[in-house]
Amino acid sequence: MHPARKQRLILVSLVVVLSSAAIGLVAFALRDNINLFYPPADVVAGKAPTDRSIRLGGMVVAGSIERSNSELDTIFWVTDYEASVPVRYSGILPDLFAEGEGVVAEGTLDESGMLIATQVLAKHDENYMPPEVAAALEGKTAPAEQPVLP
Amino acid sequence: MIPELGHVALIIAFCLAVGLALIPMWGSMHRDVTAMNLAPTLAVAVALFAAVAFALLAVSFLQDDFTVAVVAANSNSLLPPIFKFSALWGNHEGSLLLWVLILSGWMTAVALFSRGLPLLMVARVLSVMGMIAVGFLAFSLLTSNPFERLLPNTPLDGNDLNPLLQDPGLIIHPPLLYMGYVGLSVPFAFAIAALLGGRLDASWARWSRPWTNVAWGFLSLGIMLGSWWAYYELGWGGWWFWDPVENASFMPWLMGAALVHSLAVTEKRGVFRSWTVLLAIFAFSLSLLGTFLVRSGVLTSVHAFAADPERGLFILIFLALVVGGSLLLYALRAPAVASRVVYSAVSRESLLMANNLVFTVATVVVLLGTLFPLVMDAFSLGKYSVGPPYFNAVFVPLMALVMPFMTVGPLSRWRDDTAARWLHELLVPGIAIVAIAVSLGFLGKEGFNLWIALAVLLAGWVALGVVKDAWRRLANPGGSLRWRSLTPSFMGMAVAHIGFAGVVLGAVVVTQQNVERDLRMAVGDQQELGGYRFEMVSVGQQAGPNYLADQAVFAVTRDGQPVATLIPEKRRYFASGQIMTEAAIDASIWRDLYIALGEPIGEDAWAVRLQYKPMVRWLWLGALMIGLGALLTVADRRYRTQVQRRDAPVVGVAGVAP
Repeated sequence: MHPARKQRLILVSLVVVLSSAAIGLVAFALRDNINLFYPPADVVAGKAPTDRSIRLGGMVVAGSIERSNSELDTIFWVTDYEASVPVRYSGILPDLFAEGEGVVAEGTLDESGMLIATQVLAKHDENYMPPEVAAALEGKTAPAEQPVLP
Repeated sequence: MIPELGHVALIIAFCLAVGLALIPMWGSMHRDVTAMNLAPTLAVAVALFAAVAFALLAVSFLQDDFTVAVVAANSNSLLPPIFKFSALWGNHEGSLLLWVLILSGWMTAVALFSRGLPLLMVARVLSVMGMIAVGFLAFSLLTSNPFERLLPNTPLDGNDLNPLLQDPGLIIHPPLLYMGYVGLSVPFAFAIAALLGGRLDASWARWSRPWTNVAWGFLSLGIMLGSWWAYYELGWGGWWFWDPVENASFMPWLMGAALVHSLAVTEKRGVFRSWTVLLAIFAFSLSLLGTFLVRSGVLTSVHAFAADPERGLFILIFLALVVGGSLLLYALRAPAVASRVVYSAVSRESLLMANNLVFTVATVVVLLGTLFPLVMDAFSLGKYSVGPPYFNAVFVPLMALVMPFMTVGPLSRWRDDTAARWLHELLVPGIAIVAIAVSLGFLGKEGFNLWIALAVLLAGWVALGVVKDAWRRLANPGGSLRWRSLTPSFMGMAVAHIGFAGVVLGAVVVTQQNVERDLRMAVGDQQELGGYRFEMVSVGQQAGPNYLADQAVFAVTRDGQPVATLIPEKRRYFASGQIMTEAAIDASIWRDLYIALGEPIGEDAWAVRLQYKPMVRWLWLGALMIGLGALLTVADRRYRTQVQRRDAPVVGVAGVAP
């Protein structure tokens, strides 16, 4: 074969092999590792899957944080002012996690509708709000009184 | 008065940049030597006025001039002076000014060190950089003026710098990272200049190469510092989060890694020319994309500042112009510069091509994971997030794939080599390294660890290749060693490759053997972790210059012997009321002990995070070696000889290009 053509053949076959391997890897990795975001209203309405990890975002309901006395478990409620969802997290919460502040929790829902969080993200500076939370809260205003917990 | 002067300086810099973008480019089209000769002067002038603007903003910060909006929003009278200074770039407007300053610094460097280049080339390169400067200066002046005043409602004191940023890491991380980010504009400008002139040969690659290596070296150092800062400052003990903004700096790095290697082939063999140009365009485009991702606020990330959409739109349009314009130029001119050189399948060229393909694919998969949520959101298909598992699943195998080539590449010959010779060179080292890897795999605590064995195998393979290569160069039948054959070029490559092996080894070992526990501890409680005993001795309070800290004192012992006293803090900053975790770390080359305080949970008890992190330092030492190795290559003599030829008749050389 002509050397230049052979060279091109090698290049093309390398590209084909590598890119198909990469596409395979990407498809495989994306299947399990993307999380969809849900506001609390959707979770309460049963729109969120229970067999896989999701992200839940909203505001931490004031007065809803309960800490265990012996363990590191914390339970708190997240609201979008329409509905509230309880979240349980075992571990150290971020510095800026606080009542009445925006939060995104990642984890899976259990049968009772509680989110068992593997990660809790809070905003990291005072003026910043995670975009998903901002979108979920858009058009909804905080009622004069905090929502009553169910 | 000072902020107004700064604003004026910035406007003058903008006008000069417009001149730089237009006049030498016009000169290059009409072969007007006077116009082209203006390029270095204009470049230095832009840098001068950008530096004046920067210095005046720094003065406003240091003098606590809270009538200036960014100072009021990001500084405080109690802030230590060094942080008042670094607060300058701890915000959107100031960091953009730093961007401009560093870009003009690179322009000055090109103007000063490229006197050996044909005038036509210098004029085009500086002119392209001038266009980029116009874009960013306009962005700064139109959407993010750092000198905006807060009149008449001037606050009495500033809002304070985000406590996360009150750290020595922030003083050097952004400037280094920007040196890399912005430095990639130099190879980009060289690529565009080459496309414009239709001149793309080995000497072009030799001009472009040192700049690329330096920029990429700085980018490596900047990313390394960012990772290190996140490790000790964020209080989670993680060193890489696949955070979209980390990816934003990592993608140009990956593309830059491909570019650095591809330039080597173009310089030595004259092949891959159009590919190299494309890589240079992509690397800088990814820098701009990174800037867009960080500055537009479209991402949920620890780096995102509160931002308004107008800014995002500006950068998006700028990005579209740069990428679209340069790709159009590429499409029109690339066929003219394509090479016709032949090499065989078994040669150094093909191995470097494999390197390029892997790094390009790696860039694409990272890009996909980073942009996927944005694209889905833009088309209202749901709000997704792509987490570390995705990136690990696709990225780790790709890096494992590139490592076997890293040993064979430097050892093999250009153009044509034989597999038999590879086998001859590498059989014995190969067997030795497999044996070492298998035995080291057993060192872990829970029996044989396949991942560690594989990491040792790959890292050892790379390191051994470097040693073998060095020995081959040194060995002399006459007996004495040929030290001169260890050129800065070779040493840089060797240091960077060994650094890469160190990063891989550190990453795998710390991921596999990391021990982490979140628990509740009160004074007197003890906990065993990774063979160390942690005892909480006392809790107390300590006042800092602008914060009050809760401290816990931990005594760490091993087999009864004292190892360290660690004092993690929980700080409350006065001005903002923000709470900050200050982790305590006992560092050493083989392991870090890491303690972070969570929150107080009743009766003198605290939530505490204890971590044992073996070999985590290798990551940063390795990355440091990669960066320093890249910088070292510039000392090579062949880059200096081109400067010595600066007396060549300017017009005559300029006449060479069409």
